[in-house]
Amino acid sequence: MREVDSETMKIVVCVKQVPDSWAEKTLRPSDNTLDRESVDAVMNELDEYAVEEALRLQEAQGGEVVVLSMGPSQATDTIRKALSMGADAGVHVVDDGLHGSDAVATSLALAKAIEAQGADLVIFGSESTDARMSVVPAMVAERLGLPQLTFSSSVAVDGGTVRTNRVTEYGYDVVEAPLPALVSVVEKINEPRYPSFKGIMAAKKKPVQTLGLADLGVAAGEVGLGAAWSVVAEAAARPPKAKGTIVADDGSGGVAIADYLSAQKFI
Amino acid sequence: MAEVLVLVEHVDGNVKKVTYELLTLARRIGEPAAVFVGNGADAAVPGLAEHGAATVYVADAPELTAHPVAPKAEVLAKLVAEKAPAAVLVASTAEGKEVGARLAIRSGSGIITDAVDVDADATATQSVFGGATIVKSKVATGTPIITVRTNSVAPEAAPAAGARVAVSVELSSAATAAKVVDRVEQAKGGRPDLAEAAVVVSGGRGVGGADGFGVIEALADSLGAAVGASRAATDAGWYPHQFQVGQTGKTVAPQLYIANGISGAIQHRAGMQTSKTVVVVNKDPEAPIFELADFGVVGDLFQVVPQLTEEITKRKG
Repeated sequence: MREVDSETMKIVVCVKQVPDSWAEKTLRPSDNTLDRESVDAVMNELDEYAVEEALRLQEAQGGEVVVLSMGPSQATDTIRKALSMGADAGVHVVDDGLHGSDAVATSLALAKAIEAQGADLVIFGSESTDARMSVVPAMVAERLGLPQLTFSSSVAVDGGTVRTNRVTEYGYDVVEAPLPALVSVVEKINEPRYPSFKGIMAAKKKPVQTLGLADLGVAAGEVGLGAAWSVVAEAAARPPKAKGTIVADDGSGGVAIADYLSAQKFI
Repeated sequence: MAEVLVLVEHVDGNVKKVTYELLTLARRIGEPAAVFVGNGADAAVPGLAEHGAATVYVADAPELTAHPVAPKAEVLAKLVAEKAPAAVLVASTAEGKEVGARLAIRSGSGIITDAVDVDADATATQSVFGGATIVKSKVATGTPIITVRTNSVAPEAAPAAGARVAVSVELSSAATAAKVVDRVEQAKGGRPDLAEAAVVVSGGRGVGGADGFGVIEALADSLGAAVGASRAATDAGWYPHQFQVGQTGKTVAPQLYIANGISGAIQHRAGMQTSKTVVVVNKDPEAPIFELADFGVVGDLFQVVPQLTEEITKRKG
């Protein structure tokens, strides 16, 4: 365990640029990867909570917040957004060889980048709104041998210890671990701030480091579509649903539904 | 025939239905072997055997439940290394997916999450982008690790030996670094769990306020259903956030989904589109949710829903 001085605590927040969650998404027919060009790209909504939580921890006890993102060149917009919210510096993992990387490969590249930063605390959102697998934080924790405190609805750091409430099916578990550690936060843990005009201006001057596969010490054969440990065999649009029966309420709409539910043996 | 490992979802030995669903799917691929971690194996073994588990691996050391996620992954990793199973099936819960994630890295295996079906050759079917696209995937490296959603298949009884085999594992220091120091149970009333419920009754913007959810809850209770809410309703603070169904909330696939006063933005459809039967009540005939309806009524939910509740109560006698 590394001695952590809260004054110099380094928090790395991982963010992902995703298609707007209100938009229709499709797969590219050529390689069955997500078509990221046809829709607006935004910071994954759930990562905004991670950025906000990092800034709050920093405000409470000092230290530095570095925002890390892996993605194509336009992902710099998402890094700038986090910087305009208040993060101090950015790291952008970008390389053509990363296209089509699955969660396993993504976790490898992120783990290497986090390791290079020497983070005391790593914060993720609990899932991305595009892939929705919710597995990358656990994979990164496993790779780095960091204690995993995921699905947190509260995060507190006291000296060299982090304490979280992990959301469970029955309520929550209080989980504690020594730093360095890895945390993911759930939606609504806080109210993410909007970037101020001053913040947006300041963000333009903040440093963003760009790292490729060679910089991370990752071989091209370890990531990307060709290296995926799971492969899409086929993809098809769901056949359109047969049109249902729609009736206007004539005062007995509730009875009409009950008749339908009876016919379908639900009651 | 190669074994197929199924991680048991349970609370102190009280096995969840999804485990029986996984055993049913596992039988298509090979010989099901249940992996039970934690307390209460005595209570669990008979049901697991009844649903096809030829073997039940039991790891019940107290330290396995004193730390989140990692111990289960390390128990499975040991069994994967020793038994070379044809596949590992885990419930697609928040924790199940994390267990699968750690196991994937530890065992050098690919992982597929949120499967809604699994074939005999371990090809998994997923329903992505809110159900708009159906994808079939295979794990290409290592042992296929597949997390499967609740309600993907009807559980079938298929009595097997259920031979109990004790398993012990030496946990890594990373696994034991995070400690569960307290477990807090929060009352959630008498309704079924949203993710597991066979019937879900949801309310949206049309419900108009927190008070309006009274009629939604009454309908849910008449059907023994879980209550859900659209993002519009939870963002407005009308209903607690943990009941949100949608892209950023819970994904549900019940037998019956009744959407009341919900317009059906992609944000919401993404969380319920694979429901088997959809009933819609909405006063706007143009609401996109009607595209998903098997049966819909265009009308005021405050007229239609109470009448429906009364009718159900009457018919159930």
